[in-house]
Amino acid sequence: MKLTGAQILLESMVKEGVDKIFGYPGGAVLDIYHALSDYPLQHFLVRHEQGAVHAADGFARASGRTGVALVTSGPGATNAITGIATAYMDSIPLVIFTGQVPTKLIGNDAFQEVDIVGISRSCTKHNYLVKDVKDLARTIKEAFYLARSGRPGPVLVDLPKDVVAARTEYYYPKQVSMRSYNPTYKANKRQIQKGVTLIKKAKRPLIFTGGGVIASDAHAELTRLARQLEIPVTSSMMGLGSFPGNDPLHLGMLGMHGTYVANMAVNYTDLLIAVGVRFDDRVTGKLETFAPEAKIIHIDIDPTSIRKNVSVDVPIVSDCKRALEAINEEFAPILSQEDLPRKFASWRDKIRAWEESHPLSYEDNGEVIKPQMVVEKLYEITKGEAIIATEVGQNQMWATQHFKYHKPRTLLTSGGLGTMGYGFPAAIGAQVAFPDKLVIDIAGDGSIQMNIQELTTAVCHRLPVKIIILNNCCLGMVRQWQELFYDRNYSFTCLEQMPDFVKLAEAFGAEGYRIQAKEEIDPVLRQALSSPYTAVVDVLVEQGENVYPMVPSGAGLNEMLLV
Amino acid sequence: MRHTLSVLVENEPGVLSRVAGLFSGRGFNIESLNVAPTLEDGVSLMTIVTDGEELIIEQIKKQLRKLITVIKVVDMNEVKYVDREMILLKVNATEQTRAEVLRIVDIFRCKVVDVSPTELALEATGDRGKIKALTNLLVRFGIKELARTGSVAMRRSMQIED
Ligand SMILES: Cc1ncc(C[n+]2csc(CCOP(=O)(O)OP(=O)(O)O)c2C)c(N)n1
Ligand SMILES: [Mg+2]
Repeated sequence: MKLTGAQILLESMVKEGVDKIFGYPGGAVLDIYHALSDYPLQHFLVRHEQGAVHAADGFARASGRTGVALVTSGPGATNAITGIATAYMDSIPLVIFTGQVPTKLIGNDAFQEVDIVGISRSCTKHNYLVKDVKDLARTIKEAFYLARSGRPGPVLVDLPKDVVAARTEYYYPKQVSMRSYNPTYKANKRQIQKGVTLIKKAKRPLIFTGGGVIASDAHAELTRLARQLEIPVTSSMMGLGSFPGNDPLHLGMLGMHGTYVANMAVNYTDLLIAVGVRFDDRVTGKLETFAPEAKIIHIDIDPTSIRKNVSVDVPIVSDCKRALEAINEEFAPILSQEDLPRKFASWRDKIRAWEESHPLSYEDNGEVIKPQMVVEKLYEITKGEAIIATEVGQNQMWATQHFKYHKPRTLLTSGGLGTMGYGFPAAIGAQVAFPDKLVIDIAGDGSIQMNIQELTTAVCHRLPVKIIILNNCCLGMVRQWQELFYDRNYSFTCLEQMPDFVKLAEAFGAEGYRIQAKEEIDPVLRQALSSPYTAVVDVLVEQGENVYPMVPSGAGLNEMLLV
Repeated sequence: MRHTLSVLVENEPGVLSRVAGLFSGRGFNIESLNVAPTLEDGVSLMTIVTDGEELIIEQIKKQLRKLITVIKVVDMNEVKYVDREMILLKVNATEQTRAEVLRIVDIFRCKVVDVSPTELALEATGDRGKIKALTNLLVRFGIKELARTGSVAMRRSMQIED
C-alpha cells in the first residue's frame, strides 16, 4: 500500500520507539499535523519553537532516549536554531523535523522559505533535505541512527511540503549502511594497557569525568573504578551525576567556578584520567598551567576531542563504558596482589585537608536571603531525589555547587552554549519523560523571562514542574564580571523593571509563591514542591552576591578568587 | 607546514559547503581545493592543500573524517605522491619579447593555446615548484590573466624510501 510522506514520517517515528514529540504547527507541516492523530504519538504543543527543541533536549537528557521536535518552515525553523545549537554543544541526541516550501519553490525566496540546511550545518551532527518521498524512510532511519550513535547530537531533516504530500510504497529499512560513518566503540587493547600501567605507577591520580560518561551510560563502570582504587573524582558541569556527588571521593566540579579542592587537585595531580570530556576553556583555565604535573589519559569516542586543547599521553578513542570495562577487567587480578588504594592514601589525605580548609562557603549575615541557602534547602528537602534543570548565570553555578547529584541524568543544564531560557522548557521535557518525578528548574530572574511563555505548555499538559527563581533583580553573572573586571560599571545589568512573578504565574494558570524572609524558605518550598500543579516560587535574594570560587578568565586554576 | 589532503566524499548536494564551512568555521586555511567525480558512481575526490602547525593539521584531518559525508581522508604528506596543477595564463608578447616568451614556453613544455598580436595564452602543467618558476619568469613580460586548477595528487605505486 502506498503511504503519503506524512504517514511515512509518523509511522517511522513509531518504529523508532518515539511516543512523545514536541512541536508547533504551520503551513509547511499541515499534512503532518493532519495525519498526526492516526498514530500513537503524544504531541506536546509548545508556545515557541525554541521551547520545543529545549523540551525535546530535556526529555533526552533525563531519559537517555532520542528527543524529537517538529516545527514549520521559515520562522519556525529559525526559532528552533538556539535549541539545536544548545543540544549540539552538549552532544544530545535529537531529531528535528522542519517543514520546507515545496521543492519547486526552493531557492525562489518563497513565503516562509529559509535555507535551514545551510543555517544549521554548523550546529547539527548532520542534516538532510529530502527531495524525493522515496528517500524519506531511509533518511529518517539514518537520522535516528546518527543522532544516537557514536558521539550523539542533533540531526535535522528538512521536509518540503510536496514531499510529505506525495505517496510511495513504504518500506522501513531494518539497518543503516553508511560507508562513511563508523564510530570506534571498542578501545584498543594496547592503549588500555598503557593506561593501566600509568595508573599503577601514579602517586596522585585524579579522575575527571564529563558528559561522555553519562551519554554512554558508564557511571557504574566509572564508579567501580574510582571506588576500587579509591581515586578521587572531579567532574565538569556536564559530568555531574556521572559519579555519586555525595560520595566522599567526589570533589565537586572543577574549573572557573569549581571547588577549591577540585582545582587544587588538578593542579597537583600526577595523573589525570579524563573520561568523556573535551577540555573546554571554562574547565581548563589558562592552558599552559593546566594540570602542570600530570600525565593525561584521555578516553573519548570523538577523536577530534583528543589533543584539541591539551596534549595527552595515552589517548583512548572509545565508548567510555567499553573502555572503563576494559580497564576494570585489567585491574581485577592486579588488585588481588597490590594494595593500590593504600598507595594513594597520603594523596587522599592532602585532598581532605584542602577540602577542610576551603569548603564551599558564603557569608550568611543579616536578614537577606542568600541564594546558596535556597539551593541547599532544595537539596535537603529533596534529599537529592529530583531532576534539576538550571537556567544560565549565577543560578546555574549555585545549582551545580550546592546541590549534589547522586545519579546520572538528574542535572539538565546548558553547558557548552550557556543558553539562558534553556532550563524551564528542558524541565518540561523531563517531566514529560517522568510524570511522577519531581522536576525543578532553578532559575534566574533574567533567564526565566526568555521562555516564560512555556508556562502555558506546562499548565495545559498538567506538568507539575517547579520553577524556583533566585531573584536578584539583575543579570547577576554579568553584573559580577562588571563588578570584578569592569570598574563596577553596571551597564544594563540591573533590571529596574521586574514583572510580578507571582501574578505572572497566576495569569498563566500556575501557582505563584513568594519568599521574602529566611524563615519562609523551608515552609514555602515544601508547600510548592509538594503541590500537584505547575508552580513558580519567586525568592528575593541578595542582589550583590557573587559566585565563588572564581578563576578569572585566562588565569590558571590555582589562581582562584575566594569568598 | 603545507599538507596535501586527498578526501573522498559522497557526491551529494551540499558536500562542498560542508567541507568549506568546516574550514571557515574553524579558522583553518585552504590554499587550494579541487573537486571532481571519480570512476566510482556517487563518489568525488577533493584535493585540498592546506597549511598549519602539526596539531592543526591533525585537527583538520579528524574534523574532516567526522563529517558524515566524508568517506576517506589521506594525508599525502605521509606517503610518496605526485602532484600536478594546471594553469592557463595570458602573457604580453610584443614583437620584441615574443621570441623569448616562446623560448620559456619551450623549456617548460607549455602549450600555446591562443594567440593575438600582443598576447599569448599558455597552458602549463606541473608541480608547485614548476608553476612558481614559470610564473616568476613570465612576470616581467606582464601576466594579464591567470587561472589555476589547484593541485591534484596521487599516491605513488612504489613507496620507495629515499
Ligand atoms: C541567551 C543568552 N543571552 C545572554 C547571555 C549572557 N548571560 C550569561 S549569564 C547572564 C545573566 C543571567 O541573569 P539571570 O538569569 O537573572 O541569572 P543570575 O546570574 O542573576 O543568577 C547573561 C545575560 C546568555 N548566557 N544567554
Ligand atoms: Mg538574576
